[in-house]
Amino acid sequence: MGLAKRIIPCLDVTNGRVVKGVKFVSLRDAGDPIEIARRYDDQGADELTFLDITASSDDRDLILHIIEEVAAQVFIPLTVGGGVRKVEDVRRLLNAGADKVSINTSAIQNPQLVADAAGRYGSQCIVVAIDAKRAGQGWEVFTHGGRKPTGLDAIEWAKKMQSLGAGEILLTSMDRDGTRDGFDLALTRAVSDAVDVPVIASGGVGNLQHLVEGIVEGHADAVLAASVFHYGEYTVRQAKEYMSQHGIEVRL
Amino acid sequence: MTDIAIVDYGMGNLRSVAKALEHVAPEAVIAVTNNPEVVRKAERVVVPGQGAMPDCLRELDRLGLREAMRDAASNKPFLGICIGLQMLFDSSEEGNVSGLGIVPGRVKRFPVNAMKDEKGQKLKVPHMGWNQVHQSVEHSLWKNIANDSRFYFVHSYYVEPAGADSAGHSAYPFSFTCAVAKDNIFAVQFHPEKSHAAGLTLLDNFVRWKPV
Repeated sequence: MGLAKRIIPCLDVTNGRVVKGVKFVSLRDAGDPIEIARRYDDQGADELTFLDITASSDDRDLILHIIEEVAAQVFIPLTVGGGVRKVEDVRRLLNAGADKVSINTSAIQNPQLVADAAGRYGSQCIVVAIDAKRAGQGWEVFTHGGRKPTGLDAIEWAKKMQSLGAGEILLTSMDRDGTRDGFDLALTRAVSDAVDVPVIASGGVGNLQHLVEGIVEGHADAVLAASVFHYGEYTVRQAKEYMSQHGIEVRL
Repeated sequence: MTDIAIVDYGMGNLRSVAKALEHVAPEAVIAVTNNPEVVRKAERVVVPGQGAMPDCLRELDRLGLREAMRDAASNKPFLGICIGLQMLFDSSEEGNVSGLGIVPGRVKRFPVNAMKDEKGQKLKVPHMGWNQVHQSVEHSLWKNIANDSRFYFVHSYYVEPAGADSAGHSAYPFSFTCAVAKDNIFAVQFHPEKSHAAGLTLLDNFVRWKPV
């Protein structure tokens, strides 16, 4: 027995509500973030990830209040991402109660942000989120919620982010996100095998077997899912029991 | 008077620790402080810590907290968490620095190239996530926590006590000490403030602990 593989429900938050889109568009309301966070905590979630997808920067403070409330009630690691542009943004989220901060678009615009934030607060709280899409034999990194190609190779980018101080990689397949077809296992495995830091697989979970595949075939250290949990199809506990039955060590 | 002082030497986020202590001890006066006097007068002291140990020690010295911490470690209930455990030791491979020398032993890095599970698959560093903690001694802080319960870890360095101060161990993939107990000191590598029910129970035990 040893380290458990993690299951991380993901809450996309906008205007104070949890929503879920398909391939980063067409959003559907899924409920109140604090209520949902408490429910997943009760079900045995290993961590929670909040992605603030609020378009307008005027509403950014909403997520801080949500994190403050969740952190006072839920005693598991909380990751928060979305709109993190400066070290000051990292500080504000950590002070609100986040344990880790996820950086995506800004890491590409300004890779030094990752180094500065890791230098100031430690690699353990800096997650770099990578949105990747199949391109020929490899995968290309996209930004702005999957709208802008960068020309960067996802595997090389993951290695570079590790070298700058990322403590974890949150890897989303944009080809799979919201499709319920399962993770892009080749992508997950290629990135996970290329770096020493943990990799969270994301994008495409439609059933519990997909979670098992992400760990066993994708070599992921953690699996992230949203819609399979949000709409009550499966509980986190059911997911863990299923994974355990398939030989994966989990925290039950 | 402050019941519990959480020593804030400017490294990382202490809010989680404060929130979890408030949760288990709603009546207690809890101070997140960098004032050596507050630490000296507190009934109990918690030393969290994140980031790199050399930076933590430098900030501790800059704020004049080293002596107050040494005093606390010698005479009142003292809980170290993560770097707050590691800095109690003689030395660390991280930056090759000397620690506080309160617990004999040293701090080592997980050997990245030797990290493989039983199937030969690479194990990641940092060691991040929920691992089992085997309680190797009886202790007030383990009360009501099932042996081999899982706690949340995130660290790239681990402690190797030279004496008999280990109170618990975990495996990644080899066995390493994840808790030490020495008189009024209890210190852990994992994060009780992020370890759900088991972690809250440990913190609850700490706020009631009366070391003999």
